[in-house]
Amino acid sequence: MSEWKRICAVSDVPVLGSRVVHSEDEGRIALFRNSADQVFAVRDRCPHKGGPLSQGLVHGTTVTCPLHSWKIQLDDGQVVPPDVGCVKPFPVKVENGEVFLSL
Amino acid sequence: MRKQKLVMVGNGMAGVRTLEELRKIAPDMYDITVFGAEPHPNYNRILLSPVLAGEMTIQDIILNDLQWYADNEITLHLGARVTQIDRKKRSVVATGKDGEPITVDYDRLLLATGSTPFMPPIPGKDLPGVISYRDIKDTDEMIDAAAKYQHAVVIGAGLLGLEAANGLALRGMDVTVVHISDWIMERQLDRTAGKMLQAALEAKGMKFKLNAQTAELVQGESGRVGAIKFKDGDSLPADLVCIAAGIRPNVELAEKSGIHCNRGIVVSDTLQTYDPRVYAVGECANHRGTAYGLVAPLFEQAKVAANHLAEMGIGRYEGSVTSTKLKVTGIDVFSAGDFSGAEGTEDIVLHDPGVGIYKRLVLKDDKLVGAVLYGDTKDGAWYFQLLKDEQDIRDIRDNLVFGNSHLGDVGHKGNSLAASMPDTAEVCGCNGVCKGTIVKAIKEQGLFTLEDVRKHTKASSSCGSCTGLVEQILASTIGGAYQPADSNNKAVCGCTDHSHGEVRKAIRDNKLLSVADTQKFLAWKTPNGCATCRPALNYYCLSTWPHEAIDDPQSRFINERAHANIQKDGTYSVVPRMWGGLTTPDELRAIADAAEKYKVPTVKVTGGQRIDLLGVKKEDLPAMWEDFAKAGMCSGHAYGKSLRTVKTCVGAEHCRFGTQRSMDLGVKLEKMLFGMWSPHKVKLAVSGCPRNCAESGIKDVGVIGVDSGYELYIGGNGGIKTEVAQFFCKVKDDAEVMEYGGAFIQLYREEGFYLERTCHYLERVGMEHIKKRVLEDEANRKALYEKLLFALQNYKDPWAEIFEDKSGGIHKRQFEIIKV
Ligand code: SRM
Ligand SMILES: Cc1cc2nc3c(=O)[nH]c(=O)nc-3n(C[C@H](O)[C@H](O)[C@H](O)COP(=O)(O)OP(=O)(O)OC[C@H]3O[C@@H](n4cnc5c(N)ncnc54)[C@H](O)[C@@H]3O)c2cc1C
Ligand code: SF4
Ligand code: FES
Repeated sequence: MSEWKRICAVSDVPVLGSRVVHSEDEGRIALFRNSADQVFAVRDRCPHKGGPLSQGLVHGTTVTCPLHSWKIQLDDGQVVPPDVGCVKPFPVKVENGEVFLSL
Repeated sequence: MRKQKLVMVGNGMAGVRTLEELRKIAPDMYDITVFGAEPHPNYNRILLSPVLAGEMTIQDIILNDLQWYADNEITLHLGARVTQIDRKKRSVVATGKDGEPITVDYDRLLLATGSTPFMPPIPGKDLPGVISYRDIKDTDEMIDAAAKYQHAVVIGAGLLGLEAANGLALRGMDVTVVHISDWIMERQLDRTAGKMLQAALEAKGMKFKLNAQTAELVQGESGRVGAIKFKDGDSLPADLVCIAAGIRPNVELAEKSGIHCNRGIVVSDTLQTYDPRVYAVGECANHRGTAYGLVAPLFEQAKVAANHLAEMGIGRYEGSVTSTKLKVTGIDVFSAGDFSGAEGTEDIVLHDPGVGIYKRLVLKDDKLVGAVLYGDTKDGAWYFQLLKDEQDIRDIRDNLVFGNSHLGDVGHKGNSLAASMPDTAEVCGCNGVCKGTIVKAIKEQGLFTLEDVRKHTKASSSCGSCTGLVEQILASTIGGAYQPADSNNKAVCGCTDHSHGEVRKAIRDNKLLSVADTQKFLAWKTPNGCATCRPALNYYCLSTWPHEAIDDPQSRFINERAHANIQKDGTYSVVPRMWGGLTTPDELRAIADAAEKYKVPTVKVTGGQRIDLLGVKKEDLPAMWEDFAKAGMCSGHAYGKSLRTVKTCVGAEHCRFGTQRSMDLGVKLEKMLFGMWSPHKVKLAVSGCPRNCAESGIKDVGVIGVDSGYELYIGGNGGIKTEVAQFFCKVKDDAEVMEYGGAFIQLYREEGFYLERTCHYLERVGMEHIKKRVLEDEANRKALYEKLLFALQNYKDPWAEIFEDKSGGIHKRQFEIIKV
């Protein structure tokens, strides 16, 4: 079923920034890299009103949505309280500086 | 590593708040044990008054339930009074609720023992039925007595006494308030306001006996108190006597263990006692000679104490200015600061006994130092803010007493509607939050600060225009417990305790050149800050060290990162610059071509005299920009905290009334300021004559041509709260407009706080300050102007930077989608 797909090099994603990945089956996925070089992937749709999370500001392991500033945890897709909701996280792994997504 | 042990004595509002603050910044540092003499978890003592009045229940006022202590792994001993501290062995001994001793060691000890009610040495004060008003037990006893007996006497007409009397009266008792002075609340109110308040309370059924000295409380037949006798020979029946004659810091335990006390446990600015392992916060502490009796200062102390316990060591407590508000429903009394009428003070008084309004403002050296309001207190929070900020009120003095709403809207500080609003009225238009929801959250969740309210209700968390209103709702809901942050010293955000001013200073003094360096230098509490502080830091570095600081695109909002405005559906809008609102057939053709080529769904003329292409896909942006560049067009910065537009009218070039060439000057100004980053967006306008068709009166810098030159206006705003620009100066020609206007803008760039428009900056620093630096000091004006020009040198169109990046650098790649 799901398989690991090579996406890009870690260095293709800006530190504290993101890239948008488009998958046939899953649509837009936001790929993030934080200051500790951890890489995360979640669906690029804010649970609030569908804002593109990839365009938000990354801090710690969280992204702030660019539209109305909800905060979303990147590791599990949970929205930081007091707001509620979640977004689908995708498994990611990094091997030899390459990012793989399980789709 | 062994965790350190923290023991807290006193499970009240100040102590538990300290633990909450500590949990936020150093969650795992201590093993915590808490002793509370009362059998209840931490509750909101302030709200005992509404409980007595029957407006709330005990359940409503619990702030931290037992689950909270469990969740935070705090060992809690309720009904356990600490009787001894052994500072050599570093342990405390308490008597548990079953009488068994409990001994616990500490590394650090926090004393938060509150106050004890003062009981004057009146014969009979120990009779059953004679109580004070301090805790749940007292409140229960009063509720109980009200159900059984008829006559109540309250001794002391301060806040507490009047709230007790009001509650007892509402519960059907016949209440007389006995007071030693010749008017009530004499410490908070002057005589006039005191008399008005008395009349209003009498109308609610309370009786008063003033100038009264109690001789004795007399035992009745039941063995309980039965009457009160006065020195003048009078007496009154009394089945319940509530003594509210003041409070004394509870220092018994500290004194016994040899800790220095003097009207309170004496503490330093870090809330440490003379034994540095022992801290004291709350009503039991005496800081710089003052022991506070209201919660707002205690919360500030809690923050600093927690900070020190967490070994961050940056916070200092420097004392508080307090305000009080009587919590008797239907009666509004507010007082703040010093209104004793000391030397060098002046009074402004408005007194209308007909409608029951009294306002007295005390001024000293053009600053507000005290305020008493009766009847109409909706401006209380505003006066309190002026007082705390020590704002110069010279310019608004003639209208000051009529309140904030009378001055016109002063930007984000709100317009005093809170008290009169119905619960269904919408307060926050962005998030659709109404007043009732906010009040409910404040009461039920025990919220005390604007931040709390933002977190729990979302109100005021978006555009911020309702901030003032929310602050007033807070103030009117929790009364004296509300402490507005000093607007000049508010922390930037939860990632730091430093204010904008402190951060700016650190960047300047220590030549900090990047967001990361600044965060490191100032010991930021979070790894990368957040969406609030990072853009601010990035701006501060760039504006302080032009050409040297390192711009961090990831610390900019998406609009500035993508050089276009994000739309609700994730597409972008593109606004090419049209200098001074002028365009050409070629430019219009290029726009039309681009709109067709990139299938732009909407083309709109903006309010800023140019054309917006809305709904462009992010992937198409670089190519579209390249097409525009070929037609000689560049970024309009419709997206940035930067120069937006310079609006112009046709002016002397064509208009029959025009006195000056406004289009010409507008283009010059826009070219001069191209690429300028600022605390918030900056808009200019140039009109050719006083008919002012370019609307110069609501711009950050507005220019109006007159026969002999130009008039300059600053600090206008046409946005969330319309603010008319203030006259700044008159100049003779285009060069002077550029120099004077440019110098003002540079001053704002250097001193403004991030997201502060010029109108808010002007309100904060005052027109005098700006005139001194720009008009009166020629050398400084020229220096400012030069610094502005230097900062803007060699600025390159950001659109060109991106599409010309043939190497496909990482910032260009943000526009590309990875397909899998
Ligand atoms: C396009 C435009 C409306 C239009 O179709 O006419 C517009 C659109 C937006 N305005 Fe505006 N404003 C536009 C003229 C104005 C004006 C009128 C003017 O400039 O003459 C004002 C009032 C004047 C003023 O600013 O003092 C105005 C006051 C605001 C405010 C409130 C600012 C304030 O300090 O109170 C905001 C919110 C903000 O900036 O935080 C805002 C924010 C916005 C944003 C950027 C909202 C956002 O953050 O996404 C809108 C972007 C829409 C988009 O996606 O393109 N817009 N906005 C106008 C662009 C002008 C231009 O060419 O650059
Ligand atoms: C009826 C009423 C109305 C008020 N209204 C307002 C208002 O409108 N606005 C305002 O700002 N303030 C108001 N206050 C004052 C406010 O409640 C206090 O300033 C605040 O509660 C003080 O907090 P604290 O933690 O210092 O003391 P407390 O909250 O009194 O806590 C101290 C705790 O320590 C316990 N303790 C003492 N000694 C020991 C010991 N040896 N061992 C174990 N435990 C011990 C006490 O039992 C008590 O529970 C009001 C007070 C009352 C009583
Ligand atoms: S364009 Fe301006 S006024 Fe219109 S919806 Fe957007 S922010 Fe509000
Ligand atoms: S769409 Fe993300 S916060 Fe509203």
